[in-house]
Amino acid sequence: MAAPALEVTVRVARDRFVLDASFTSGPGVTVLAGPSGAGKSTVVAAIAGLARPDAGRIVVDGTVLFDSREGVDLATARRRVGYVLQDALLFPHLSVAANLRYSRRPVSLPFERVVDILGIGHLLDSRPNTLSGGERQRVAIGRALLSGPALLLMDEPLASLDTGRRRELLPFIENVRAALSIPVVYVTHNWPEIIRLADTVALMEQGRVRACGPVQHVLAGRNEEIAHLVPEGSVLDAVTTGERIDGLDRLDTPAGPFFLNYDAGPAGRALRVFIDAHDVTLALHRPDGLSVQNTLQGTVADMAERDGSNLDVRIALPGNQTIRSRITRHAGEALGLRPGMDVFALIKSVAFDRRLHWHGTL
Amino acid sequence: MPLLSPFETEALLLSLKVSATAVAFSLPLGILVAWVLARTDFPGKDIFNALVHLPLVLPPVVVGYLLLVLLGRRGLIGGWLDAHLGIVIAFTWTGAAVAAAVMAFPLMVRAIRLSLETVDRRLEQVARTLGASPLRVMLSVTLPLTLPGIVAGVALAFARCLGEFGATITFVSNIPGVSRTLPLALYTAINTPGGEADAARLVVISLVLAFVAIGLSEVMARRVARMVA
Repeated sequence: MAAPALEVTVRVARDRFVLDASFTSGPGVTVLAGPSGAGKSTVVAAIAGLARPDAGRIVVDGTVLFDSREGVDLATARRRVGYVLQDALLFPHLSVAANLRYSRRPVSLPFERVVDILGIGHLLDSRPNTLSGGERQRVAIGRALLSGPALLLMDEPLASLDTGRRRELLPFIENVRAALSIPVVYVTHNWPEIIRLADTVALMEQGRVRACGPVQHVLAGRNEEIAHLVPEGSVLDAVTTGERIDGLDRLDTPAGPFFLNYDAGPAGRALRVFIDAHDVTLALHRPDGLSVQNTLQGTVADMAERDGSNLDVRIALPGNQTIRSRITRHAGEALGLRPGMDVFALIKSVAFDRRLHWHGTL
Repeated sequence: MPLLSPFETEALLLSLKVSATAVAFSLPLGILVAWVLARTDFPGKDIFNALVHLPLVLPPVVVGYLLLVLLGRRGLIGGWLDAHLGIVIAFTWTGAAVAAAVMAFPLMVRAIRLSLETVDRRLEQVARTLGASPLRVMLSVTLPLTLPGIVAGVALAFARCLGEFGATITFVSNIPGVSRTLPLALYTAINTPGGEADAARLVVISLVLAFVAIGLSEVMARRVARMVA
């Protein structure tokens, strides 16, 4: 197995705060998620060399940035980490172009390409104080990319924007993600963002990483420790087909075709579909004469009791996909559900929260 | 008839020379001290801070006397300078500049320090992540963003230097062409029988100078504010 792109162990002990976070991650986007105060930003600051951990080890693509045992502690300026924060923090006395060209390090992405990806060509001569929040953030991302980073750190880059601007900026971040070959560490506690962007998600709480893995696995996992930190639902990997049947867009998933009640875009786009466990109904036979559009066949993997009267059922679907269903215990008993049983998961097309259906490279 | 008498011209030019020299030489040190006070923490910082601000609260004559004790020809430092380098400060125009610089220093430091404290440190952190050395961060981010404070500090210090009287007359006396700056010239005129007219002219010169200085510093401040906004 290839060495992890990113290896992070950070220990910090303060009076009332103990951080002992450790995770490894592959290339792509690693989202640090979890409630505020979990220590996400401290981990990012430690990777950037702006906060010094008491102990730990930080390795990016084979380069040791910090190792308390070996006494390695590279200066921030030599770490080659792009750092984007909630506030864009553009240099107010410099033009957009001068901000973008601030770094003198050799870059892998040419200037024009970065400007193009982020759509900031028309802003180059402007002063930062004349830009909107979203534009500022795009310039900040461009400035980080043009510093030839080996790792991109993004600490809640959308947090200071309103929902509309957020939705505007996300596609740009996805463009960046597609254009980059370097690992990205992205801090957020916003699940729509996580599902849309994360290759790996590291869930943090009270200074510790409670779970780390592909977002589909973290959501589908039966880990009681993180149940209160994640939405109850599952993520399906899907590809758009461009087919439209009776106003519904058809997607292909490894578990079968899937219909959305809105335009999912042109064919061939990778998409993640989040399905709330409460929107999944179970049946023992392929239903007939029902208004429900989506029927996925699978087998019951396991079931756990919730709140005394409910069941959280995980159904294994073809193509290594998992879907979760929340039903009453009474219904479970009526169906005689038990692990290993073949079932049909029924999902209404209108059950999708549009915010959660995001595309990304899978 | 020329606008100003030789006596007045001499005092005006000397005042400008003394003040400009005092401000120019104390500015780098002022920035450094402001930076130390704003950004560092060390044991004895309170004492250091008090020392810097001492000229603000001491009677100027006391400062002049202390300068005389330290930098006079037989003073602790002045004696050494005279013996080894042949430099004499007391009773020269450089002495007047030193007195003015010391008196104006706290004002300059204060203005720069306040401005430094408003610079968002995260901008400096971002500059570091972009690969900038500490020196480049200082020159390309910290100092430009502190410029409003530096301009204000320079203006304040220059004004304070122009008005310096007590420390100057104590340290370098009141020698025409050497240490007789505008305030000292005015003082001399007032103390000369029949010098009221001369005194009045010097007052007008001082007023005009003050207005010009304020105007210039306003223009500068506005231009700088626009630059860093």
